[in-house]
Amino acid sequence: MNLDRLKLLYKDIILEQANNPQNTGRIRNPTNETNVYNPSCGDKLHFTCTLDKNKKITAIAFEGEGCSISQASASMMTQVVKGKSTKQAIELSKIFSDMAMGKKHSQEDLEKLGDAQVLINIMQFPARIKCATLSWWALDRMLLGEKRDKKND
Amino acid sequence: MNKINNIRDEFPILNRKINNEPLVYLDNAATSQIPISVQNVMREFEQTARSNVHRSVDTLGNIATAKYEESRNLVKELINAPSQNDIIFTSGATESLNMIAFTLGNKIIEKGDEIVITIMEHHSNIIPWQQLARKKQASLKYIELCDNGELDLADARTKITDKTKIVAVTHASNVLGVINPVGEISQIAHQHDAIMVVDGAQAVGHFPVDVQKLDADFYAFSGHKIFGPTGTGILYGKQKLLKKMPPYRFGGEMIAHVTRANATWAQIPQKFEAGTPNYTGVIGLGAAIEFLNQIGIKNIQVKEKELVKYVLPKIENIPGITVYGPKEWAKHTGVISINLAGIHPHDVATAFDELGVEVRAGHHCAEPLMTDLGITATVRASFDFYNTKADADALINAIKQTEDFFNEFR
Repeated sequence: MNLDRLKLLYKDIILEQANNPQNTGRIRNPTNETNVYNPSCGDKLHFTCTLDKNKKITAIAFEGEGCSISQASASMMTQVVKGKSTKQAIELSKIFSDMAMGKKHSQEDLEKLGDAQVLINIMQFPARIKCATLSWWALDRMLLGEKRDKKND
Repeated sequence: MNKINNIRDEFPILNRKINNEPLVYLDNAATSQIPISVQNVMREFEQTARSNVHRSVDTLGNIATAKYEESRNLVKELINAPSQNDIIFTSGATESLNMIAFTLGNKIIEKGDEIVITIMEHHSNIIPWQQLARKKQASLKYIELCDNGELDLADARTKITDKTKIVAVTHASNVLGVINPVGEISQIAHQHDAIMVVDGAQAVGHFPVDVQKLDADFYAFSGHKIFGPTGTGILYGKQKLLKKMPPYRFGGEMIAHVTRANATWAQIPQKFEAGTPNYTGVIGLGAAIEFLNQIGIKNIQVKEKELVKYVLPKIENIPGITVYGPKEWAKHTGVISINLAGIHPHDVATAFDELGVEVRAGHHCAEPLMTDLGITATVRASFDFYNTKADADALINAIKQTEDFFNEFR
């Protein structure tokens, strides 16, 4: 009995990101912010970001508690969407959520996710998909408002 | 005890594999497994005698009613209730507790009254009282814990006052694995003329429960945690209180007479069992109690104690482990909540799952307790009598491997 298969999910980069997450804290005077909560495990994350007049994400940060997957995912999500337009960020969110659900995407699309694409194996751990998608759901909520919630349920 | 050793054959699920590893089932506090004998009783009833209860003069209806009522008698004996008319069948402990809050609770609680619960309650024994208190502008007070993870009885004496109308306490914690002195709390409650409600979901089936000795006014528990089917639960209540208690739901079987303008109620307990009950489930629950009786609750208690005595000191000796609740094995039920330093409980549970070890990670429906402990979640291993020392060793091994796996990256 060993934990070899676990390395599919907990790749080095995920554990490194989880142990040393990027873009933590709060943006001062954010234009957008949201709280997300995973009631099944108690993970709570708070996201803030600043959009400029062209709707570009100029700054983004998160704070809160969570497992390695949710911390790494939040860290990687914030890194990849920083500097992107709202539209591009939402597109990335869609690619990520499709990937997590095991839907096919072109390699080109997956590349757009940057480091976050290492979570592709999350679909082999169905109980943990929510941990990975929580911060992307937060991104949708933060950029589009809470109306989008239903779509994510 | 030989019966116990061969008993795993009654639970075929224990032979399955999880992620190519033998299943080590340590989530018994959430739901216990169901023996073949119980499944057979339900299947046989469905195949040979399925019929609605209490509403027919035909042979099948009579068989179904007799079996259903036999289960009531078995429950009565299991918890030593004075009469089988004190036993109400519900869908589970949650419904049992809601029933008291929204019928008798709703009737007796007034503005300014107090409801006293403990900080270690499951949400099902918090939220019904919280909602009732909010609706009635009553106050909800919590009995706190001592530093050793046990309930603070001195605090109970302070919190329960003449304004207290209801005291609701869990018999055994689903997180801390501690057994509460509900008999003593009953006495305190009764000195102030308060009603004593006990949540026995983690107690029944693990050690002998005697509602008369505890002097509990109400006692709630679930069938699926005592080797019975899901969707079955019990509410025991003292007859004098059940007589004061208004019906919970209205419909078939709970009436005496109905006219265009009014209705009168059936006898207790039918008054509280509106609609077609989960009769096959209740008959299965009866079979589960017979199964418990065959093994003997005291034997189960001894076996669980042996397992805890074996595993708890081993867990406590692993570096980086926090154990919640009492540190002494003798004070512990089979429920053991832990955290591994720096590793989130969900990561731990995923690693355990890879090794076939099924535990629960999360807040265990006890968020106020988690908040007080300064954590968001724990990993909970819960043993039952069909677990083995090999299961305990598998848990210890899983903890060590998980620590090694995650600590490599620090």
